[in-house]
Amino acid sequence: MEEQRNIKTLILGVGNLLLSDEGVGVRVIERLQAEYDLPEQVQVLDGGTLGLDLLYYLEGIENLLIIDAIEMDAEPGELLRMEGEEVPSFLSMKMSPHQIGIPDMLFAAKLRDLYPPNVVLWGVQPADLDVSMDLSPLIQAKVDVLVGKTLAELDTWGHQAHPKS
Amino acid sequence: MHALCSVRAVEDALEIEIPNNARILRNLIEAIQYVQDHVIHFYHLHALDWVDVVSALDADPAATSKLAQSTSDWGKSSASYFKGVKEKLGSYVSSGQLGPFANAYWGHSAYKLPPEANLMAVAHYLEALDWQRVVIRAHALLGSKNPHLQTYLVGGMAAPIDPNSQWAINADTIAQLKGMFATAKEFVEKVYLPDVLAVAPFYLEWAGIGGGLGNFLSYGDYPDASGEFFLPQGYILGKDLSTVHTVDHQDIVEHVDHSWYESDNGNGKGLHPWKGETKPKYTGPKPPYEFLNTDEKYTWMKAPRLSDQAMEVGPLARMLVAYASGHEDVQATVNTVLGALGVGPEVLFSTLGRTAARCVETVIMAQKLDEWTNELAASMGSGDLDIHEWSGWEPENWPAEAFGWGYTEAPRGALGHWIHIKDQKIHNYQCVVPSTWNSSPRDASGAPGAYESALIGTPIADPEMPLEVLRTIHSFDPCMACGVHLLDAKGRQINQVIMKPTSSYIGPLQTLRSRGG
Repeated sequence: MEEQRNIKTLILGVGNLLLSDEGVGVRVIERLQAEYDLPEQVQVLDGGTLGLDLLYYLEGIENLLIIDAIEMDAEPGELLRMEGEEVPSFLSMKMSPHQIGIPDMLFAAKLRDLYPPNVVLWGVQPADLDVSMDLSPLIQAKVDVLVGKTLAELDTWGHQAHPKS
Repeated sequence: MHALCSVRAVEDALEIEIPNNARILRNLIEAIQYVQDHVIHFYHLHALDWVDVVSALDADPAATSKLAQSTSDWGKSSASYFKGVKEKLGSYVSSGQLGPFANAYWGHSAYKLPPEANLMAVAHYLEALDWQRVVIRAHALLGSKNPHLQTYLVGGMAAPIDPNSQWAINADTIAQLKGMFATAKEFVEKVYLPDVLAVAPFYLEWAGIGGGLGNFLSYGDYPDASGEFFLPQGYILGKDLSTVHTVDHQDIVEHVDHSWYESDNGNGKGLHPWKGETKPKYTGPKPPYEFLNTDEKYTWMKAPRLSDQAMEVGPLARMLVAYASGHEDVQATVNTVLGALGVGPEVLFSTLGRTAARCVETVIMAQKLDEWTNELAASMGSGDLDIHEWSGWEPENWPAEAFGWGYTEAPRGALGHWIHIKDQKIHNYQCVVPSTWNSSPRDASGAPGAYESALIGTPIADPEMPLEVLRTIHSFDPCMACGVHLLDAKGRQINQVIMKPTSSYIGPLQTLRSRGG
C-alpha cells in the first residue's frame, strides 16, 4: 500500500477550495492530474491548507514548485514567479493560514536539511476571496496559464509531460 | 476528523451499523492522529510559550547532557549532540532566518527555564519534526491517500484489508504499522512526557492560572466491539469530579446573540443544530478597527451551550471525565504525573493542567496503538475481511426524512455534525466544532465561554508583550488564527495580539478546517 519514494520533483498546489480564488493552486493540481501523464519522478500534490504535515513530501526531492494565490497588491490575475531564497521570506509576509503553514514547512525543511536545491513559486493575484467553491471567471482563465507555466518548469527540470489521450 | 464525523452523522440518520474492521480502522487512524497532533502542538506551537529559544544559546552542552540523562534514557543526549544543536541554532539566529522563531517574545521575564532546559527543548523541537514525518506515514498506509484521507465511507471504509493481497492493508502493512507505532510510543514516553515533567516545576504558578469555566464536556470516542467507548462520554460541572452527568445532544443549542449572524428563530434562546441557521451578517466596525464592543455582536463564533452551560472541550475535558468515571488507565497516568510533580488533582483546573492533560492523553493513546493493531491483525487472521456495510447505500431505500448526529472526540475536543435528510437530500447540516465551544462568545444571558473565562485574572508582566495570554489560549490548542484584544479597566484597548500558530493549526473559518476544528 505504501508509495515508493522515488520522487525528484514535487508540484505542490496550496490553498483553500472553499474561499474561491484562494484555491487556485489546488485547481491547477486537479487540472494536471486530470489531463496529463506525468513521469514517475514527478509528484503532483494537493497541499490544501496543510503546513508542517507536508514536510514528509520534501524528503529527497531536488525540485519544488509551489502554486498559490498571492496577495501582492497587484491587478487581479497578475502572475508572479519567484525562486530560491526569495520564496520563504516572501511567503512569510502573507497572512492567510496556509501561507503561514508553507513558510513554516520551508523553514522546518531548512532546519532538518530537507530544503530542496531548486524552489520555484508561481503565484496569481486573486480577484475574489468570498466563500465559494468556484473560481472567479478571471482566475479560472488563469488556470490554463499556470498549467502551461508548470509544464515549462517541468521541462526545465528535464521532465516531459504528455496530454492524456 | 470531519470526514469521520460526517459519515457517522449519516450512519446515525440511516441506522447503519459498520463492520468490526471498519470500527478498528477508524480507531487506529484517529488514535495516531491524536498522538501526532498532540506532539506537534506541544513542541511546535505551545513549547515556545515556555521555552526561550535565544536563551538556549547560553547553554552548556555538557550540563544539558547531564540534565537530559537525568530525565530519560532517550538515546540522543550526549554533550556532542547538544553542542551540534546549539551550533546549528546559533547559525540560524545569526543569519536572521528565524522563521517561526521570529515572532516571539524572547527574553521576556516570564520565561523561567535555565538555558540548559531551553536547549534540551529546542533539540526535541527539531527531533519532533523528524518524528512526525515518520509517524504520519501511518495515515498513508491506512487511509489510502495522504494528505486528505479518502477511505471514509458511509457504512465503513474504502481501503480494503486482506492479509494476502499486495493491494490491500495486509500483513506487511501490519508489520510497518507496528514499527511506526513503537517509534511513536517511544518518543512520547522518553521525550514528550519527561519534557513536560522537566518544564512544569519551573512554572507551577500556572497550576493556579487559566482554569476558567470548570465545566468539561466529552462526547466519548473509540468504541470497542460492544460499543463501549475507551474514552467515556459525560460532562462535569463546576470542577465537581464526584458527579459525571449524562450527555443528551438534544440539550445542545447554539446562540448567535453576540455573533455576526441573523436568526429567524434563535434570538435570545439559541437553536438545536438540527434546526440551526447559519446566515452570516457582519455588523461590526469596518476593519481595521481598534475596538470591539462585547455588549453587541463581536465574533464569527456562535455560542454553543449544553443545558444552558458553557463547556470546555479537549484533552483536559476528556481526561477529567475519564478520571471522574473511574477509568483505570487515565487515573493511573494522571496520578503518576501529579505524584511526580508533588501536586494534587486540583491543579488540573488550570493552564498547566490543560497542557499536562494533553500529554497524559498522548501517553495513554500511544499505548493503545499496538493493541488495536493486534486487534486488526487478529480480525484479518480469522478471515473477516469485511470493511463496509452496503445496506444503506442506495438513496431509494432511505426514509423520506431522517435526522442524524455524528460525533467524535477530535484531538482538540468534542466535534459534532448534525444532519437533516429530506427527500434523499441534505435539508440542513450544522457542525459544532471544538474551538467553537472553547472560543465561544457570550450567550443570550451574557455568560462567557471557555477562553474568556480562562483569561480572567491572568497576570500580565508587560502589556506590550502579553506572553501570558498566549500561554492560556495556546493551552486549548486553538484551531484558528485568533485576534485577542486586551482591555484595561477603563475599557481602552491596550494591546492587540495577532497569534500566528505554526503548522496547520489554523483555518480562516474554523468550521471549514480539514482536521477537526
